[in-house]
Amino acid sequence: MLDKNNKKEQPALLQVKNISKKFGDFYANDSLNLSIEMGKVHALLGENGAGKSTLVKMMYGALQPTSGSIFWQGKEVSIASPAHARELGIGMVFQHFSLFEALSVSENISLALPPVLRKGDLSQRIADLSHDYGLPLNPAALVADLSVGERQRIEIVRCLLQEPKLLIMDEPTAVLTPQEAQALFATLRRLVKEGCAVLYISHRLEEVKCICQDATILRHGKLIAEVDPQIETAATLAKLMVGSSVHEVSRMASSGTGDVLLSITKMHQASSLPFGIDLLDINLQVKSGEILAIAGVAGNGQGELFSVISGEQSNADRGSITLVGQTCDGLGINQRRCLGAAFVPEERIGHGAVEHLNLTDNILLSRHACNDTPSSLNRGWLGIDREQLSQLNKVIGIDYDVRKSQEDVTAASLSGGNLQKFVVGREMNRKPKILVINQPTWGVDAGAAALIRQAVIDLSRQGSAILIISQDLDEIFELADNIAVMSRGQLSTTYSAGDLSREEIGLMMAGSHEQATQETGA
Amino acid sequence: MQLLLEKRSQASSLMNLFSPLLAILLTVVMGGFMFAIMGKPPLSALYIYFIDPLTSWWSIEEVLVKAGPLILIGTGLAVCFKANVWNIGAEGQLTAGALMGAIIPVLWGEWQSPLGLVVMLVLGAFGGALFGLIPAWLKTRFGVNEILTSLMLVYIAQLLLDWVVRGPWKDPDGYNFPKSVSFEGWHLLPTWGDGRMHFGLVVALAAALILFWVMRRTLKGFEINVVGSAPRAGAFAGFSQTKMVWFCFAVSGGLAGLAGLIEVAGPIGQLQPHISPNYGFTAIIVAFLGRLNPLGVIVAGLLLAVSYIGGEGVQIELGISDKTTQVFQGMLLFFILMCDTLILYRLKWISGNPIQHGKRSAS
Repeated sequence: MLDKNNKKEQPALLQVKNISKKFGDFYANDSLNLSIEMGKVHALLGENGAGKSTLVKMMYGALQPTSGSIFWQGKEVSIASPAHARELGIGMVFQHFSLFEALSVSENISLALPPVLRKGDLSQRIADLSHDYGLPLNPAALVADLSVGERQRIEIVRCLLQEPKLLIMDEPTAVLTPQEAQALFATLRRLVKEGCAVLYISHRLEEVKCICQDATILRHGKLIAEVDPQIETAATLAKLMVGSSVHEVSRMASSGTGDVLLSITKMHQASSLPFGIDLLDINLQVKSGEILAIAGVAGNGQGELFSVISGEQSNADRGSITLVGQTCDGLGINQRRCLGAAFVPEERIGHGAVEHLNLTDNILLSRHACNDTPSSLNRGWLGIDREQLSQLNKVIGIDYDVRKSQEDVTAASLSGGNLQKFVVGREMNRKPKILVINQPTWGVDAGAAALIRQAVIDLSRQGSAILIISQDLDEIFELADNIAVMSRGQLSTTYSAGDLSREEIGLMMAGSHEQATQETGA
Repeated sequence: MQLLLEKRSQASSLMNLFSPLLAILLTVVMGGFMFAIMGKPPLSALYIYFIDPLTSWWSIEEVLVKAGPLILIGTGLAVCFKANVWNIGAEGQLTAGALMGAIIPVLWGEWQSPLGLVVMLVLGAFGGALFGLIPAWLKTRFGVNEILTSLMLVYIAQLLLDWVVRGPWKDPDGYNFPKSVSFEGWHLLPTWGDGRMHFGLVVALAAALILFWVMRRTLKGFEINVVGSAPRAGAFAGFSQTKMVWFCFAVSGGLAGLAGLIEVAGPIGQLQPHISPNYGFTAIIVAFLGRLNPLGVIVAGLLLAVSYIGGEGVQIELGISDKTTQVFQGMLLFFILMCDTLILYRLKWISGNPIQHGKRSAS
């Protein structure tokens, strides 16, 4: 790749000067400066919405800057398209992969390569390169059969085949087990040693401290600081990212648990989607006053499990779900709500809430059938009880600190954190006996996350049974009394949170608890 | 120089109102061009087309008679489209409703009672709904695209009507003309004025107002809106997509069937091979022009009714083919869909390449 002996004399590999990107009236990036040097892993830190993705998309030619300039090896360039960026020597591994599940590894890679590189025995080159960098891949394997970690390897190998000088990685560990992440770090260290530069986007501070030599911190589209992550502590980095010190969640000891409120026994469910995950022999119980967390890498059947428990997905093929002592087979989501259950799905926009509807309408969305107040929201031909809705909206806004410009705005106008507080608050306001939350604080700022986690703990200490599905281990250890791990549609037995280490969870996330049925099934 | 479509940060409610007006304006301008190309004076042709129909009581009455079925079908389709269910076959449901309702006058001609008329109206709506449920069933059971099936069923219904009036239901005293017996007495709708204005317009306005209330105030309207715009959120709310398809086809098919019955029991007074100047298709334009809002549909229905009468007007006075009507209606739909882009996007002139533009503003 590059000759590392003379890198000191060379200008920065990539330099960004005064770059801005405006969407409408909103500055996603506001005169940012950044310089990336060869042979280093450079971290780009910031909360969701800080402008990280916008910045790298401009470096990769996927977006054009509103103003400012980009210098590549000292020369000013305008990167017109991703193809142009790849030509220059910039490779990017996206957070969401763009792979065809029905094609093989080498077919997927071949599709994305320029014709020059497609010649010769591509499969052999893939096998060699992936082996060389400790990213084992079978070129003939179908993408649909691969784990998320393996899919990411495809993307990385695809970039490496083009011998990039700069590799951009957008939150690469968000979908990996701790062990897979370690393997990735080893690969990155090796690349850097060879003189390649890596721009590493993350909001996980520990791993930034672990592998990065430089760090640039963004907040609200502005450059906040350039620091050496080796000197800073995770706490000081977090403070720079968030802008204030993060509120700690206080956790009373559990006052002991009571009756089983949610139980699933021997449940099987074939996925309704072509490449969805089949659920196999799921067993779990959540008692009153207990928080059970299901850990696991996203896309291992968590979404399917959520929709079977909520009743959005029609009945389980085999086995049964019991809510508050009543068997729920065949009941829809509203009937389950009426039994005292409440649900918060993973996606805020389009699933938990409708973006173009007002907040009051979004309250109606999940509460039109079971409101748990004396009078129903739905008065038939007389119409919807708007007055009660705006009252509820006010209360939820105050209780859960939903910040908004007016009392009743559209869901789209709230920030991610505020909308999540609203969606969680809408369900919690009912004081449900059972609460099922999928990724409670995904993509939410630290302040909102703390508020939501505190609310979850408080609700459980009042005697509700809570099931959390999360891929954030920090969150799980902060909240859970008990932990189970999901991988490839199978759920491990439940362990007490105190008895498990991160490494043990990591092994289970990779499938160590899976039973033989999976092998024969696959 | 470059013309760019730039996505707005949120949908423009102003453009939502102005888009149909802009579309009407563009249609009028292009219509003027069309008249000019055909060698007719554009301004006076446009006057004959759009203004003349509103200058005499006779033609205003005729506009109202034509607006009735358009409003009735258009409101049903507005509900349908709002729910993201694409019933393109209202013309077929109209025909099916007319056939079903005509059972009473054709087979029980001697049953003369107000109740008979009520039964006819009910049968008309029932026939349209039943015919509409065929694509609903095909969609929910086999996943067949409802746009195709509902459209193809139009031709089945029309051929059925054609066969019936030439075969089993042909008027024995009709000199072998393809038509049924003429409806009489309580098999015809009450009329007033010189006998053209009939009860149908009242039914249409009532349907529009009721559906307006349902859409605006009730949970059903909320359900239609949510299922149509955010299906996953609809499932989360416990609303069934399948039931929504059935509901939409039942309502829009029922209203189209009612419109068909009203046509044969009103202005036409019998069954014949052609009972509608494509009301079922024109109502699609009505629904979109009315912003899928039943009150808007009333206004749009009146406008499109003018286009029918105007088409007849230019045919009589300037000797232009009555296909002009279809051209105007087609242009109108085309321009509405085009202008609706401006609700989510704005137009931007950009000089040169956007990157150079950026550099210039930075220096």
